[in-house]
Amino acid sequence: MSKRDRLSGNEAVAAAIRQIDPDVIAAFPITPSTEIPQYVSQFKAEGRLSTEFVTVESEHSAISACAGAQAAGVRAMTATSSAGFALMHEMLYVVASDRLPVVMAVVNRALTGPININNDHSDSMGSRDSGWLQLYSENAQEAYDNMLMAHRIAESPEVMLPVMVCQDGFITSHAVENILLEDDEAVKAFVGEYHPKDYLLNPARPVAFGPYGISAYYMELKKQQTEAMERSAAVIREVSRQYGHMTGRYYDLIEEYRMEDAQLAVICIGSSAGTGKAAVDELRGQGIQAGLLKIRAFRPFPGREIAAALARVKAVGIMDKADGFSGSGGPLGAEVRAALYQAKASVPAVNFIYGLGGRDVRVDDFYNIFGQLGDMADGAEAPMYRYIGVRE
Amino acid sequence: MKKNLMEHIGEKSPYQDMTPGGIVYGGGNSTDVRTGDWRTVTPVFHPEKCTHCLLCFPVCPDSSIPTQDGKRLDFDYDHCKGCGICAAVCPLGAISFGEKEAEQ
Repeated sequence: MSKRDRLSGNEAVAAAIRQIDPDVIAAFPITPSTEIPQYVSQFKAEGRLSTEFVTVESEHSAISACAGAQAAGVRAMTATSSAGFALMHEMLYVVASDRLPVVMAVVNRALTGPININNDHSDSMGSRDSGWLQLYSENAQEAYDNMLMAHRIAESPEVMLPVMVCQDGFITSHAVENILLEDDEAVKAFVGEYHPKDYLLNPARPVAFGPYGISAYYMELKKQQTEAMERSAAVIREVSRQYGHMTGRYYDLIEEYRMEDAQLAVICIGSSAGTGKAAVDELRGQGIQAGLLKIRAFRPFPGREIAAALARVKAVGIMDKADGFSGSGGPLGAEVRAALYQAKASVPAVNFIYGLGGRDVRVDDFYNIFGQLGDMADGAEAPMYRYIGVRE
Repeated sequence: MKKNLMEHIGEKSPYQDMTPGGIVYGGGNSTDVRTGDWRTVTPVFHPEKCTHCLLCFPVCPDSSIPTQDGKRLDFDYDHCKGCGICAAVCPLGAISFGEKEAEQ
């Protein structure tokens, strides 16, 4: 039975961690994710979870401690944001290549500079090629649900890769929302216990993790890793299906909102989807066939699913909360365009860079975007990319 | 002797045969790597000068000074990288290092 509560996104993630009761948490505080380890340490002090909480001197150490713990044979988790996330960058690759299914809560915050504590996706997008799965959450409910599914996905023998569960800093991490929580026992049964095939504290089968990979081996190991990432799409779907059976809340790699007959579509990640859906509903009331496509899994990248969902639209706006500084737009823009090209689609597409450093995106901004898409559907030239919500 | 679970893996193996993440199965297999190949300067043991005080063997970073019954044996040249620490700690000149006439 689900129980209704009102929680912030950080509280929701902390509640999920309490229910998962991982063996080890190693974390270092950084706004806006600080509350997650703070609440977890409070649960620990109250005797409500048995986790070994490791206070470390940096995020590089936090993720390193998680790697060591996971290799030793237990579940390890951490949480971070922005600069702390960036400090983990080197170790993110190590965790992924050592095939350690660590789960991390990411509360997305802009990278410095200029220094800024508010939301965009420049932190996690900066490590999009590190080999981690990335699940993004629209609201506190999704952050909670994604956390409860993350271990099952990461630890699947078909996958054995780390997962980051991302939500938008302050917008969802600190906003209190209605949320449905599952029973502790139901969560424990769903998440299950972690029994890795190989682990360091197993004298019956000694192993070493993280070998030196000379050029004769390195590329074969990367090929293994990328195949595991490809297989993870089916695992995400299967775990999400089972989670849906338990909770009634079903998830996929992407979410299509009023896309069946949409002529104008936007694609976005995270909390902006909620704002975008409100705009879609309003525009539908005015007879405009608007739709929205939300990315839940950015890694693995659901290129075929995105291309299929966009097969019949007349113009698409791809919204990036991070500029790639390629001079050609952001990461989602580049990858969606690649997926469309592969599918031989020729839909006019423009990449909107928006919401950087916490710049608010409102329903009005979506009206503006859909207005521009309407012009493109009518033949106006689609620029490669365009900033939205910037003074000029 | 432990069973080598990775016997079938070599530089010609396809990626499907690799262990996950390159995990190394089996313990004590660091001796399989012949680090002696890296050596450019070779220490030489002179048993006639040695009193077996054993100051040398604990400072060897590569466990390349084997001991038996409280006495050191000759170097394990398969693994000695030639760092010279042993020669520096020997008080009796029983290890020569970097002297042309003593080099192998």
